[in-house]
Amino acid sequence: MDDIRVEGLTKRFDDVVAVDAVTFAVPGGQLFGLLGPNGAGKTTTINMLATLLRPTCGLAEVAGHEVGRERDAVRRSIGVVFQEPALESKLTGRENLEFHAMMYGLGREERHARIAEVFDLVDLRDKAGVLVEKYSGGMKRRLEIARGLVHRPRVLFLDEPTLGLDAQTRRHIWDYIKKLNREHRVTIILTTHYMEEADALCDRVAIMDHGRFVALDTPAALKDVLGGDVVSLEVDSGAEALLEKFRSLGWIRKASRHEEVLHLTMERGERRIPELVAFAQAQGTVVNSVHLRKPSLEDVFIHFTGKTIREQEANAADRRRARFHGHGRRP
Amino acid sequence: MSARAAVYVLWLRALKRFWRSKSQIIGSIAMPLFFLGFLGLGLNRMAVPGIAGEGNYLRFLVPGIIGMSLLFSSTFAGLSVLWDREFGFLKEIMVAPVSRLAIVLGRTAGGLTTGLIQGLLLLGVSVILGFRIPGAGAFFLAFLFMILIASTFNGLGLVLASLMKDMQGFGLVMNFVIFPIFFLSGAMYPVKNLPAGIRVLSYADPLTYGVDGLRSALLDVSAFGVGLDLAVMAGGACLMLVLGAVLFEKSESV
Repeated sequence: MDDIRVEGLTKRFDDVVAVDAVTFAVPGGQLFGLLGPNGAGKTTTINMLATLLRPTCGLAEVAGHEVGRERDAVRRSIGVVFQEPALESKLTGRENLEFHAMMYGLGREERHARIAEVFDLVDLRDKAGVLVEKYSGGMKRRLEIARGLVHRPRVLFLDEPTLGLDAQTRRHIWDYIKKLNREHRVTIILTTHYMEEADALCDRVAIMDHGRFVALDTPAALKDVLGGDVVSLEVDSGAEALLEKFRSLGWIRKASRHEEVLHLTMERGERRIPELVAFAQAQGTVVNSVHLRKPSLEDVFIHFTGKTIREQEANAADRRRARFHGHGRRP
Repeated sequence: MSARAAVYVLWLRALKRFWRSKSQIIGSIAMPLFFLGFLGLGLNRMAVPGIAGEGNYLRFLVPGIIGMSLLFSSTFAGLSVLWDREFGFLKEIMVAPVSRLAIVLGRTAGGLTTGLIQGLLLLGVSVILGFRIPGAGAFFLAFLFMILIASTFNGLGLVLASLMKDMQGFGLVMNFVIFPIFFLSGAMYPVKNLPAGIRVLSYADPLTYGVDGLRSALLDVSAFGVGLDLAVMAGGACLMLVLGAVLFEKSESV
């Protein structure tokens, strides 16, 4: 069964359409990613699914409940880890989780058991009694992930879970997220503007830009759109002649030359390299260096939007500034 | 079901927050104390028209300053929604499967408790400075007025928080809402000393009746009569809390 079902979901702020008629479904247990630059509408989508914002129009169901009419039922079935920390700094880690558990109506014994369990999951047991204001950024994130799980939600929303964290902490959080999804069968909706994060974690990825989905598929299928890996060969001489020979090979999809370097597009490039080198030598050409590049989701993003994600972010920031000054609304 | 637990845990959080912010407690007690100390002692020998006898200004001022302390602490408690919005914790509250009314009740219970603690501390310090409480009945009547004042301004804070959306307007609220309410209330001088045109504003100020009620309880001096004071304050408290709750419910949480 689908844990998330969204049809034509739209959110309009004054004259800005933040989310524009988005449609998708997420089956139970899937790890689904919303990938896009800041300002693409990812957080607005999450906020609507989490009942914090009312959709302008369209249908959205979470765990079988409609987000506008059955708010409490939706709220009971979801956990949310927000982009900015949403912790009470004057409470300890344990007190923050106690607060959460009581807000979700858990009884005393259940509370103690679950809180101990989630503290172990994120390795924060020895910091449970420390005030959150003394936590580092990574610890806060882990505490929030733990908190999102205390009430055993069916669906967990993670809004930019590793934003602003160092590489090591990010790896740790990725591990937690994978573990949750695999061992606890939690459906996870994750937003990110880190390509490698979406690639490493998600079963399926929607690429979002200007409030719309421009592509939606598994990371592998999305990258396949680009036609495969690029193997670059640097040769001594005779590049042009060699290029023609390569073009006659059926499994090379694209071939081009830049001075003495040949760029060849193919599937599973790493397995073709020996063959390519041998082929070149058979033609009497010496290969000086080989370079293999796997297409990343960044390339996919460029393919679908014509821009890099950073360029899009700069544009989005401009739009947000205009909106902020024009209407005094928080971005 | 879980509504009662939610009210309780929101109240508990407000108390823990209050207790762990020592500088905030000291700050919130210090300002009324300075008013009480410097204004009270400085003007004590002066004959303020409308106050019976000389040397009674300090006595006159104590109920006013308690009213002031409740005004500030309670309005800020209502406005603390904006702090929670700013620091993100509001989302954690709003995304929980808890009725919005329970959220308002829990926050208000917390704000009332911390406001009353400060008011009682101030009353205690006044007793140390030589203020005399006539008896247990007087104390309980004064306590009732303190609850009503705190409720009214918790509600006002909630209303303002729903209208403001962020903390940018805080200075405006301070200068154009809270201080006028304080000065117009007769906390520092009898309202009847004001010119007739301004006095009309005082009569529209709920704190005027709160302070008058405190004076009637603690000093047995009243400009309007304790019955009117009680009626106005009870009505004001209900009105502001309901209005605050309705606006809070309607406002979007992100």
